[in-house]
Amino acid sequence: MKDIIENIQTKFSISEVTKQRDNQYFISVEKKDAVQVVTYLKDIEKFSNFILLTAVDWIEKGQFQLTYLLSDPINKLDIGVRTFIERENATMDSAHHLWEHTATFQRELKEMFGIDFPGSPRVDEPFLLEGWDNIPPMRREFDTKKYSEETYFPRPGRTTNDPAEHMKKKLYPNEKK
Amino acid sequence: MRKNNLFHWTPDRSAFPTAGADGKLDIDLDSHKFVKIWHGPNHPGVTGNMSLELTISGDEIMESKTHVGYLHRGFEKLYERRTWIQCFPTVVRMCVPESDSNEYNLSVGIEELAGIEIPEMATWLRTLTLEMSRLQALLRIVPAQGGTLGLGLGVQWGVYLRDLILDRFEELTGGRIYHMYMIPGGVRGLLPEGFKDRLEENLKLVDEFAKNLKRLMLDNAVFKKRTIGTGYIPADWVNKYGIVGFVARGAGVMKDVRKDYPYLAYDQLDFEPTMSTDSDIYARTVIRWNDMITSVDLLRQIMAKMPTKGEFRAPTPNVLHWEVPKGEVYVRSESTRGEYGFYIVSDGSKYPRRINLRGPSYTHAVSLLEKMLVNANISDIAAIMVSLQTCPPEIER
Amino acid sequence: MAEEKNYKIIQPEDTEENKFLKPENYKREVTAPDGETFVVDPINDYFCDAKPQPHAPNTIKIVEKFLNWARSESIWVLGYGTGCGSIEIYPLMTPRFDAYRFGVQQRPTPRQSNLFIISGYLSVKTLKRAIRSYEQMPSPKYVMGLGSCTINGGMYWDSYNTINRLDQYMPVDVYVAGCMPRPEALLAGFMELKKRIKEGKGEGANEYAEKFDWYKANQKKVIKDWNMPDYNW
Repeated sequence: MKDIIENIQTKFSISEVTKQRDNQYFISVEKKDAVQVVTYLKDIEKFSNFILLTAVDWIEKGQFQLTYLLSDPINKLDIGVRTFIERENATMDSAHHLWEHTATFQRELKEMFGIDFPGSPRVDEPFLLEGWDNIPPMRREFDTKKYSEETYFPRPGRTTNDPAEHMKKKLYPNEKK
Repeated sequence: MRKNNLFHWTPDRSAFPTAGADGKLDIDLDSHKFVKIWHGPNHPGVTGNMSLELTISGDEIMESKTHVGYLHRGFEKLYERRTWIQCFPTVVRMCVPESDSNEYNLSVGIEELAGIEIPEMATWLRTLTLEMSRLQALLRIVPAQGGTLGLGLGVQWGVYLRDLILDRFEELTGGRIYHMYMIPGGVRGLLPEGFKDRLEENLKLVDEFAKNLKRLMLDNAVFKKRTIGTGYIPADWVNKYGIVGFVARGAGVMKDVRKDYPYLAYDQLDFEPTMSTDSDIYARTVIRWNDMITSVDLLRQIMAKMPTKGEFRAPTPNVLHWEVPKGEVYVRSESTRGEYGFYIVSDGSKYPRRINLRGPSYTHAVSLLEKMLVNANISDIAAIMVSLQTCPPEIER
Repeated sequence: MAEEKNYKIIQPEDTEENKFLKPENYKREVTAPDGETFVVDPINDYFCDAKPQPHAPNTIKIVEKFLNWARSESIWVLGYGTGCGSIEIYPLMTPRFDAYRFGVQQRPTPRQSNLFIISGYLSVKTLKRAIRSYEQMPSPKYVMGLGSCTINGGMYWDSYNTINRLDQYMPVDVYVAGCMPRPEALLAGFMELKKRIKEGKGEGANEYAEKFDWYKANQKKVIKDWNMPDYNW
């Protein structure tokens, strides 16, 4: 696994390497290199199995983290290729030409995070939602509780407790602190 | 690919549409040669609550599009508002027929991020529950393959036996479908007294059922005629479409997380997943039928090898204030349908930053099914869907 | 060999109402073989848009009582698993719990069924189909809400895509609590429903007809892309 990372380092600039397990590594690359690194891993390093593509919203940094997770089914290795893109008008190069199922992940990201993948097939069609006219729901600024209370007629009388406080009251009512 | 030569018939495809330069079919709905129908969501032949938009000519499918999202609950959004331990009651609801893979993946992910080693007893108990969960899922879905072609009797037997396994689950965990038995650090309890004997009694019934099901379904002439050669998947699609689990094994590609990335006690157990190269519905049914027998065998091995007592839970920080260390991890386990993975990102706070589920149906039911259904007969849709064992809730979460 | 089309699509105005209108539902100007032209609105013109009417009970009490008995003994369930509760329908319909002995059986189409089991949470996309299926069922019809998600949202009370209270969208006869309810609980729910029907309280269809505007307003508040007629026969 180490030599693979070194091989990538000779061709692309990697900003961060995280070792999770002996056979699972995560690397951070620049946005412009990401699809090339994935293509390189697929064609040269035999990471022929594409597991997932997902986004993580780092709202405090103003960035989306995209993770391409690939695995090598012969040597049983996993590698995650991370890249950070801007949150505003997020776009990313499409990787639909590499695997057939990549387009599905990109469709979901477009709908749930608002990340555009120009050229990806059917990327503008709604995937999970129907008739959604708010901001993409998986963005962290979208408040699901507020939206639910405004839209779906909450049943009156429902109370919400903080679990820590509630358990303390239930289990140790006499304890002071 | 096996050919069913008796009654083999090649339809006249001369009037069918031709693909243009961009690969899209030239389908003009106003020409009255094609009909667009919605197969589902309220259709008895569709597995779960999903739908297919089909363009058909005669009874042959020209184009199909999968529509999902009928079960979308926004779990991954809700986890932004839940602490790590509060995720457990909802995470099991991500996949209804086989809920234990979810709780296993989440707890093992948290343990890996926090660096917790679980005791040996917990390892065995987790293996036992995962295997029981696999058995109950198979008891429902293997006879259902016959059910899609009109053979309802096997379903009646299988669901009854599945219920007996669910009774054992109820005894062990308190719940029939959703167990929430595995928690970070181990499991919630030890086996009740006499549990193994009662499970063994049920397993004897399953043995008998497997024999009967072979006579009823796998040796049935009509079943063979309908399934042999139908729903063919070439082996080179496996990496192209991200096929996992028994579907890949049916195409002749060995994929089983229990063997490839041994977890829990699976490296101490003796088993061999079945393979086939026929890659049709019949082959996939036989593989799952064999999986069922393997599962029974594994349960017996686990019960014989597991320690009788011991610590079943490692100490963890107070779960109500637990701040799981920063990091990201991908964990996987083998569900009935194939590799079932969780991608977990923690930012070091009380709440998870991201928990993403990658289930096998995500590719099986969308990109693969859309491709497989082209030129299939409309009466085979249900059989093809059950042979891929698509499970909509894990696509849409 | 594309044939000449006998219609012309009219582009809809860019208003809030038409935001989710799909191309196949655009109004079109059709030229008939005799040269006459007329406008077709695919959403409304192909359907009868008469509102549902409440049915008065039979004036002879004993006849009504007999009818109610007959209705209660043949509860045909629409086989539509809307949520995770549908996994417990398998044991319910197979020998162990055997709901057939109570006259309960599953039907594949709404036209043949009179009980709609909402088995758990309803996402907005499913709610649209559930309303459509409910309206297509013949009267008298009953609704059973399964699980805590139909009562107050349950596990998904703060989710952006699942409804919280089923009774805002369709009249509910019986709720079965639990997450998920056991098959025994479902059987108890059937007994409760039978009791209600025999007492003449299973008037969900009439209630829906009487408060039609209220239900429709609630439904349209949630379903933004309402591209179907207001009432589906």
